Amino acid sequence: MQDFLDIFDIYFLEAMLNGILLGGVLALLSLGLNLIFGVIDVTWICYAELIMIGMYGMYYLVSVFHMSYWLAAPLCILLVAGLGAALHFLVIEPLLSSPQINQLLATGGVLFFLQSFATVAFGIDFRNLGIQLPVLAIGEMHFSYARLLSFIAALVGMVAVYVFMRKSYVGTAIRAIAQDRQIMPLMGVNTRRLYIITSALGGALAGLAACLLVLLYDVHPFIGLSIGPITFLICVLGGLGNFVGGFVASFVFAEIIQLGGLFSDLEWGYVLAFGFFILMMFIRPRGLLARRS
Amino acid sequence: MIERRHLNWLVAALVLAAVPMVDRDPYHLHVMVLILIWSFAYTSWSMMGRFGLTSLGHGGFMGVGAYVNALLWNHLGISPWLGIPIALACAGVLALVVAYPCFRFRITGHYFALVTLALSGIVLQVITATRDWTGGSLGYTPEAAKGSKLVALQSSDKIVWYFVALVLWVIGLVIWTAVDRSMARHALEAISEDEDAAAAAGVNVTAEKLKITVISALMTAMAGAVYCQYQMFISPDTVSGIAVSLQMVFAAVVGGLYVTLGPTVGAVITILMAEVLRIGFGTKAVGWDNLIYGAVLVAFIIFLPQGILGSILQRLRLKKRPA
Repeated sequence: MQDFLDIFDIYFLEAMLNGILLGGVLALLSLGLNLIFGVIDVTWICYAELIMIGMYGMYYLVSVFHMSYWLAAPLCILLVAGLGAALHFLVIEPLLSSPQINQLLATGGVLFFLQSFATVAFGIDFRNLGIQLPVLAIGEMHFSYARLLSFIAALVGMVAVYVFMRKSYVGTAIRAIAQDRQIMPLMGVNTRRLYIITSALGGALAGLAACLLVLLYDVHPFIGLSIGPITFLICVLGGLGNFVGGFVASFVFAEIIQLGGLFSDLEWGYVLAFGFFILMMFIRPRGLLARRS
Repeated sequence: MIERRHLNWLVAALVLAAVPMVDRDPYHLHVMVLILIWSFAYTSWSMMGRFGLTSLGHGGFMGVGAYVNALLWNHLGISPWLGIPIALACAGVLALVVAYPCFRFRITGHYFALVTLALSGIVLQVITATRDWTGGSLGYTPEAAKGSKLVALQSSDKIVWYFVALVLWVIGLVIWTAVDRSMARHALEAISEDEDAAAAAGVNVTAEKLKITVISALMTAMAGAVYCQYQMFISPDTVSGIAVSLQMVFAAVVGGLYVTLGPTVGAVITILMAEVLRIGFGTKAVGWDNLIYGAVLVAFIIFLPQGILGSILQRLRLKKRPA
């Protein structure tokens, strides 16, 4: 018992609470991807690169054009929403009837394209807004204010998506198309339009994530490779297209990373999280919250 | 009685073997060695990729092949002649541990791709995290041989490496052809069409998939080990991780993953393009090669899913057989 209490010290508590906040960031990241997964049944491997472009958008609007953060954020969200719609229109739509894996690979091509586009256009320097948000101190514990903000944004984003999907006419149509792709066109639904709307919505959520991530991390062309994989794993762990599952999975993942990092290096936290993912795939292949068939 | 087909192969082999006699420029040889080693790696990926088993974990196998071999040499003084088989065994075990449950529990399609993606993520993070032994993200150099260079499997002569890589590449093609002509190919094709139907027809789905996965993983690890011995420098980003996995998938797709020489064509195109742009534009070209590459790739998957070589061969076949 004494051993247990020794571990359960203030650092442990701090790591745990930080894990919850990191979970909020991850939940926000996985929200848009989950929407695309659930409705169009496509894996946007380049999702994190859309976020990266959004972060650069924020950087240029705020630091170079001296726009206020709150004015730049909506513009940036619109920009990435447009990118999402364009991605669907140019790349996914011609491939809708080909094997799923081709869609995944094509968005992988977009990943390379966006990454090197950023390298060519913006250079490989690390850039940040230069906005230092205060660090919240409670007792001896320290929390990043930016993480708290993303946590709240993730909650708000999720509720907004939920309400949109449940209450609005378009949302109902999107849910219907996720259930049966073949029947809906026969009912006279313009699936093309719905897919474009969904893609724009997914892009907008990526843009929202970008606005908050730019407060947390420096932006560089390869940032997608560090945030992308973990976002996919969370979506799969939660069950593709299952929002609540994705939310739960984000927090499980974040806790593993933070607590694993507490006892050793941060990399080991990631190793543990990835290992946990592979293990969970064997135990619950359809996601954390799915019932075993 | 030599058939025409065999004669063609013989001529091709002689021409390839004669290349270093004609062109001794070290830079040209270097590019050719790289093309051959990567062709072998891409061929290994396509071994399973062509049957709809899209793995994004091959960066992991390659990393294991390269790092286990180099670590054994530097820390325990085990010669690569023994170290490479050990490295291959490690990659094989890793493939079994991950692939068996995947196939047993019917994880397919993009779920399989994402599980294997996690695998290459793990290998990359482990190499980075154990930086006390592996040098972390700064990279790692196998120590230069103090005694016999043959024992250490090291050489500074590019012509030697050209032949090593050539033999390796030919072995890759031979394995490909052997699988292509075996019963396993029919079984795997049936599986990729419809697993349940294949199982009902008496195909042992899990065993067949596992066999091809292990063969593919072993070959990829071999490519990693040889790359390490040739370059004498490895870093987590060049031999492991998700970026390398994607690089393999894309080169194979561009070349054509259903035909024997497709991955090779993919390697030739991608490496030559990168080199030409690098020489033509110098440091200004940073990023341009991947920019073009990415755009070309998307165009290929949309308009030519068979890849360059695959599409050309299909055209030729259609012409030969008038309707």
